[in-house]
Amino acid sequence: MLLSKLREALICLRAGRVTLPYPFEPHDPAPGFRGKIRVDPDLCFGCGGCADVCPAGVILIRDTGQLTRVLEFRWSRCTYCGRCEEVCPEGAISMSQEFETATDSADDMVLTLEVFMGPCQRCGRCFPPPTSLEKISVTGFRSDEASVRPGAEVPALHGVSAQATGPGKGERS
Amino acid sequence: MLKGLCRKAFPKALWVYHVNTGACNGCDIEVIDVLTPYYDAERFGIRLVGSPRHADVLLTSGPVTRQVAPALQRLLEAVPEPKLVFAVGSCACGGGPWFDSYSVLGGADQAVSVDYYIPGCPPRPEAILYGVALALGLVPKKVASEALRQESLEELALGVSLYERGNDGRQD
Ligand code: SF4
Ligand code: SF4
Ligand code: SF4
Repeated sequence: MLLSKLREALICLRAGRVTLPYPFEPHDPAPGFRGKIRVDPDLCFGCGGCADVCPAGVILIRDTGQLTRVLEFRWSRCTYCGRCEEVCPEGAISMSQEFETATDSADDMVLTLEVFMGPCQRCGRCFPPPTSLEKISVTGFRSDEASVRPGAEVPALHGVSAQATGPGKGERS
Repeated sequence: MLKGLCRKAFPKALWVYHVNTGACNGCDIEVIDVLTPYYDAERFGIRLVGSPRHADVLLTSGPVTRQVAPALQRLLEAVPEPKLVFAVGSCACGGGPWFDSYSVLGGADQAVSVDYYIPGCPPRPEAILYGVALALGLVPKKVASEALRQESLEELALGVSLYERGNDGRQD
């Protein structure tokens, strides 16, 4: 009994100090950690793909006028799944490494982005194909194909196999 | 002001009563992690206690389900003043993916008033420590609400306001 206590004390002495000095010294997360979402306002074009896939309904979209659309990120309920980053055709959303997001006010956990929507008012055909919306239909569904994961090169739309286009896109092939 | 009050009211230790209001257990495991020697929240006097009557802090994790909401309110009543409520995890902060479910009221703030929110799914143990340190006034707050805005193309190209351009350029 006493011996086992002594052995325990010895083990603890040998281990030395194990406690992280964390709040007083930074302790960065491992690479690949998904922290608070970060939005690049200049890249977003307001397609709404992120709002479509967000499982927690973090991203709300309101059209406030003919030319403006407001994206509201209520990230207090974000599950840090990274779906929005994966689906965004312009790479406007990225998952930062920021985890020190504790706050004393619920209002701090809101991000709004006012997007200027630039519709072509004459011809209605502003974008050369494949448009960014079409790119979403490739990356916008969960797929086990490694080639369509973010990071891998997105295959050219017209060369895409039926398998890679994912469910719900059968009419395209 | 709340911070100053907090530092005055809790100069030494925060005793915590942990309540799971419908969490998936992810957050609960991280809370236990914070109490291990590696993260060691006991440095700051954080201790789990077995009864709300001994506690200073009610730590909730998980979305508040309809079933548990009255119990949560009764628990909070049992905590002696002054008391704090911590919401740990995205579920407790805003309801998580279940925020609009029929059986869920939403985040912890739908049932009780929350003093500190620690988002994350689950929050890293460091994030929970950071929340504790924030409550103790050891670290500054790092997040604030953001409002981003894009300039319209016209504004960018011409440097005039949208309405002027609309009046003389378009006939609609
Ligand atoms: S990380 Fe997931 S939960 Fe968070 S905003 Fe993006 S899609 Fe929604
Ligand atoms: S998916 Fe990207 S471009 Fe589309 S609305 Fe979301 S952030 Fe903007
Ligand atoms: S925030 Fe995530 S880990 Fe915590 S209870 Fe909710 S789903 Fe589970």
